[in-house]
Amino acid sequence: MTPGATSGPASGQPEAGHPEPPRQGSQPEPGCDVPLLRLRGVSKSYGAVQANRGVDLTVMPGSIHAILGENGAGKSTLMKMIYGVEAPDAGQIEWNGAPVALTSPSEAGRLGIGMVFQHFSLFDTLTVLENVALVVPGSPRRLAARIATLGRDYGLQVDATEYVGALSVGERQRVEILRCLMQDPRLLILDEPTAVLPPQMVTRLFSTLRVLRDRGVSILFISHKLDEIRELCDAATVLRDGQVTGHADPRDTDTRSLTRMMIGRDLPPALPAEPGGAEGAVQLQLSQLDWTNPDPYAPDLRGIDLKLRGHEIVGIAGISGNGQSELCALISGETRLPTRAAGAIALRGQSVGAMGAAGRRALGLAYVPEERLGHGAVPEMTLWQNALLTAQSRGLTRRGMVDRRAALRFAQDCIAGFDVRTAGPEAEAGSLSGGNLQKFVVGREIMLAPSVLLVEQPTWGVDVAAAAEIRRRLIEMRNAGCAILVISEELDELFEICDRLHVLHDGRLSPSLVTARTTPEEVGEWMIGAGRPDAAPAGKGGGTGPARPGSSGTNADRPDTARPDSARPAPSHPDRSDPAAEGPGAGAASEGSDHAV
Amino acid sequence: MRFELIRRDRASLEMALMAPVLALLAAGLVSWALFAAMGVPAGRALWTIAATPFSTWYDFSEVLVKTAPLLLIAQGLAIGFRARVFNIGAEGQLLIGAICASAIPVLLPSAGSPLLWVAMMALGMVGGAAWAAIAAFWRTRLNANEILVTLMLSLIAAQILTYLLLGPWKDPMGMNFPQTRMFQPGALLPGLLPGTRVNLSLLFGVAATIAAYVFMQRSVTGFRLIVTGTAPRAAGYAGVSAARGVWLSLLISGAAAGLAGAAEVAGPLGQLQRSISQGYGFAAIIVAYLGGLHPVGIAVSSLVMSAIYIGGDNAMVFADLPQSAVLVVQGLLLTFYLIAATFVRYRIAWTGTARA
Repeated sequence: MTPGATSGPASGQPEAGHPEPPRQGSQPEPGCDVPLLRLRGVSKSYGAVQANRGVDLTVMPGSIHAILGENGAGKSTLMKMIYGVEAPDAGQIEWNGAPVALTSPSEAGRLGIGMVFQHFSLFDTLTVLENVALVVPGSPRRLAARIATLGRDYGLQVDATEYVGALSVGERQRVEILRCLMQDPRLLILDEPTAVLPPQMVTRLFSTLRVLRDRGVSILFISHKLDEIRELCDAATVLRDGQVTGHADPRDTDTRSLTRMMIGRDLPPALPAEPGGAEGAVQLQLSQLDWTNPDPYAPDLRGIDLKLRGHEIVGIAGISGNGQSELCALISGETRLPTRAAGAIALRGQSVGAMGAAGRRALGLAYVPEERLGHGAVPEMTLWQNALLTAQSRGLTRRGMVDRRAALRFAQDCIAGFDVRTAGPEAEAGSLSGGNLQKFVVGREIMLAPSVLLVEQPTWGVDVAAAAEIRRRLIEMRNAGCAILVISEELDELFEICDRLHVLHDGRLSPSLVTARTTPEEVGEWMIGAGRPDAAPAGKGGGTGPARPGSSGTNADRPDTARPDSARPAPSHPDRSDPAAEGPGAGAASEGSDHAV
Repeated sequence: MRFELIRRDRASLEMALMAPVLALLAAGLVSWALFAAMGVPAGRALWTIAATPFSTWYDFSEVLVKTAPLLLIAQGLAIGFRARVFNIGAEGQLLIGAICASAIPVLLPSAGSPLLWVAMMALGMVGGAAWAAIAAFWRTRLNANEILVTLMLSLIAAQILTYLLLGPWKDPMGMNFPQTRMFQPGALLPGLLPGTRVNLSLLFGVAATIAAYVFMQRSVTGFRLIVTGTAPRAAGYAGVSAARGVWLSLLISGAAAGLAGAAEVAGPLGQLQRSISQGYGFAAIIVAYLGGLHPVGIAVSSLVMSAIYIGGDNAMVFADLPQSAVLVVQGLLLTFYLIAATFVRYRIAWTGTARA
């Protein structure tokens, strides 16, 4: 990549040597040729990892500009430099044609750059108004008035007196955007804003963004979802391995060329999730599982019914923070139920609610948690020691002593079998990239040959090819008779591999939906708590009991949670029935500082 | 100039080995400045501390006498520290161990078996472990912080010792000194090196070192303990019980400290006194860290620390150093070691002048 090679104002010229010469984008606002923001040859590395290499980027005024790339391509690092959180090692940033030194987010804010992080930086225990007042100067009365006006103008209505802890994810995102808008930004950066939204809310967010653009605010929209980008954006810069692999106008570039710029080759064909054929015995059963969350801002689990059989993959969709981590901890045994409630969880016919994680593993349960560092693996320990963590039963110990050679062999097999890129089994887990460690943890748990496999976010942070490989392995295991429960935020992925789906919303589980007979829209309705009780119940004998009373009246009973409509003026908070959708404590001013490298 | 700490890709072995050396040098330097400021001949004082313990056979044998309890206690503590269970009250467990062991010769002054000391050692271990078990119980039951509980139990143990020595166990022929009668020969540890006070307890320390090495570096139980310490969530995930780790850590370190206490009264002292410990329980914390919490490292650091004890005693006599100076040197050592240990996992990056 030759730095400084951009020539077109909004979309750079294709650089020599690229497989697919991207086309030059059209200018949304002709006659306005000083770019709002321009990056020339910007580089940044963290230790040995080069997160960005010679990145060029040009954002024009009044444009919605996509930054496209896989997890780990360097998108977040790039945005952190533009927002002044990180300083580039090399290269130059220009604002309105003049070079600037963005030394801090407040400096960026003064210039007119606002950012909405993927993990919101709001305090749960403060009201919307108080959260805004922390950042924006002005009297509470004036701020409240501005929140109301801006909300009306941009479709970002929120109740300023409400506590953030009681808001849905969609509403929290609106608060974040509002808070940025109140500082009159000229550039708004949104980091994967749709990742936390159910499909219906995405449309509404997009119309807000279009209004903003029409009023002269440029938007940097970070995503890896091609359809969204093609629908919304008028320019795109594609990143791969920290480098720019192309500039394009997504409106007239097809998905295939964008994909190729993003991952360097064509997308592997999706695997048809053919039904496993044989109907297995029930391996895991949850019956009226209730659990009261000690965290007041996280949801309780209520009346959860689930049947998981051998030879099937069941998915649990839903936005994280709706009880996913709590449910996983209860199934894995990291959280135990009191003995009197132990029957609510049955593993291979045995009541295990009060049993610890080790006992459940001995019964044939394996588990891939969402968080790899410190949960699925010990970062300070080597890979072979991490193999020892859960694979002791696979002959890695002898008479109470660690069989180092056997553990090394197990780790080596896992590294080879799952294409883990690492120096070897002696490497510390913490030195692996997120995607590679994910492959190692998934591989280790698969190598345990479990009868029940619980997987959270199976392909989180993994590149496309590896993700396809993990999905292939899961389907292979299902065909061999394993019962697999997948908990994921990625609807596409669930639709690709699952035989049946449930949706977890506010600690309640929807009835089972047969994947082949449902749609993302139907799942989306359950995700915002507007699911209908007449939704097709499961075929495959999986089903749940009859729909729970209370949670599932007819639509007529619950006018408030009627189908959300993005175009609606929406003063009535269509997704308000989602009181605590962020994870435990996740709302509390986290800076979203994941190193996506 | 600004700098930031950047996490290394993996722990640096060179730095792990260098850290105690750097700590020793830095502590020496600061002590030198401190002594000079106090008007003590600083060079001579430091020389006395550093060199005299190794200058004569007698001095070195005294170093070995002090090494024994430090080594024993530190090996036990290090196991708990690696599981992040912080037993700060080894001092109290040592005192209780000494008391329990003394019960045999004090209550049975006429028992004549030559192997009385075996039962005393066993009783000392049980006593120390039981004292630590109080902290384990409250930690696992009420999540009471074991640092506070063990520390406060040390104060209680010291009061129990004082009560016994001033009351029921006081030597009737002892001119009212707060000490028990001298123990009978069968209640004394056999000597190890003729002509010195070095006795069997040094072998206890060596045995503890070997056992700790096998346990922490090779056994599955030790591996699990380390997991609970480094990544508690991963331990829960793998089904390792955190409560078991707490119990194991405290029982092992308590038993080791109790044995050290028993070996002190049955060894160099030959009776139960108020000053049985000289702060071994606290010094062993420094020893454990200075040795990198590794059994082999601890073997070295316990020698260094006991040399500082002996050297400090000598400096008191020859260089006019106050008694508390040794404590200051010990504290400086731990402080500098903890600073140096940061660089095992982090390195400094100088980030030029202003950020671009």
